Amino acid sequence: MKYNWNWGIFWQPAADGSGTWLHYLLVGVVWTLTTALAAWVIALAIGSLVGVVRTTPSRWAIRLGNAYVELFRNIPLLVQMFLWFFVLPEVVPQGVGEWIKQMPPPWSAFIPAVLCLGFYTSARVAEQVRAGIQSLPRGQGMAGTAMGLTLPQSYRYVLLPQAYRIIMPPLTSEFLNIIKNSSVALTIGLLELTARARAMQEFTFQVFEAFTGATVIYILVNIVIAFGMRWLEKRIAVPGLIAAGGAPQAGH
Amino acid sequence: MFTGFDFDVIQRSAGYLFREGMTFTVTLTVMAMTTGIVLGTLLAMMRLSSFRVLAMLAGGYVNLMRSIPLVLVIFWFYFLVPWMGGWLIGATEPIQVGAFMSSFITFTLFEAAYYCEIMRAGIQSIPRGQVWAGYALGLNYWQSMGHVVLPQAFRNMLPILLTQTIILFQDTSLVYVLSITDFLGAASKVAQRDGRLVEMYLFVAVVYFIISYFLSYLVKRLQARIAVPGKL
Repeated sequence: MKYNWNWGIFWQPAADGSGTWLHYLLVGVVWTLTTALAAWVIALAIGSLVGVVRTTPSRWAIRLGNAYVELFRNIPLLVQMFLWFFVLPEVVPQGVGEWIKQMPPPWSAFIPAVLCLGFYTSARVAEQVRAGIQSLPRGQGMAGTAMGLTLPQSYRYVLLPQAYRIIMPPLTSEFLNIIKNSSVALTIGLLELTARARAMQEFTFQVFEAFTGATVIYILVNIVIAFGMRWLEKRIAVPGLIAAGGAPQAGH
Repeated sequence: MFTGFDFDVIQRSAGYLFREGMTFTVTLTVMAMTTGIVLGTLLAMMRLSSFRVLAMLAGGYVNLMRSIPLVLVIFWFYFLVPWMGGWLIGATEPIQVGAFMSSFITFTLFEAAYYCEIMRAGIQSIPRGQVWAGYALGLNYWQSMGHVVLPQAFRNMLPILLTQTIILFQDTSLVYVLSITDFLGAASKVAQRDGRLVEMYLFVAVVYFIISYFLSYLVKRLQARIAVPGKL
């Protein structure tokens, strides 16, 4: 039983003629990061909104927010990916559907992937934002009201600035998650890092080199982001609070 | 909006979907959960052990698993397991490993890293005095772990372990990338054969939603029941 190792494969020309295999994988990680960043913008925006809504005094707004979170949390990411990619163009008005279907690659896969990851992660961000706001002493909001701030003002000037700083560590892991989760987009044809490692394996038969290459790149990306965020966390930590490790959570 | 849809296809294929697909999904989830929790607990004990080498090995393994995407892990093991198997039994060629075995090994090893972190938090939440009390009573390491620390850690962490299992249940759908007939895989085969993607994928989403929602509802009830009054 012998496996033919060939680490030189990374310097050999890739099948698509764009450069070496190493270059081919690096283009993949650019797609991975672009997808993750674009989705992160959606996730933060909608997640914050839903998270805030779930802490307001309005009963029905809370229910709506909870329903939103439950919807995106209880359907597997891959199934959601298929809903955005296969199902959405069929259930919107025909003109729009045709327009979506005629989008050229890579956008035809990139846009559904970004929307899918963005909405999926927004539910998880909403959960963190809600927890962050609720972890503040109730007196904070009351003090805001007592000082004559309106509800939006006390969120803007009192609650949110503290909540975001407290939930930085879980937000960091959500961001790392979105990078990992972007690999699911390979099922709808997005050529991100994992998809490219798989393609490299199929063309060259160098299974373990290809996957090692992708693994090393993912680890490097993780390390860089983790260090960057730790630095940021230290700079913005609320003075006087014990560094928030937070309760352990399920995740992936 | 739904004119021209053929929801009849669901009725026609439901038997196949649940008998073949859901059986695979549930079996895989339950088996990977069981072995994953056992392995994860052992990893957690290694990470907390005073033997530096053990702690570092377990830590490295957990961090590695947690920093790469599950899809990549699935590909890794799909190709790696035949070689490992061949090497273990001294065969001359990589051995054939079935789809179920391959995904079972993958999910066990992957989820063990996540269960490990949960169990580690659970063990660390037990006051040190408990362990000392165990030693004072003459228990050895395994006895005080097995009879004193782990039962409490497990009980405290049960809701999170179960939540992780619900995530595992959803994650098993990713075996789709190996063209395995799990619940989603079965639905996808019918969808492509009959050209009924919309109906099938909507149905799959609804089924996953109902099951996961119901399970997380049960976990919430359990959490409320076992919560120590006055704490948190």
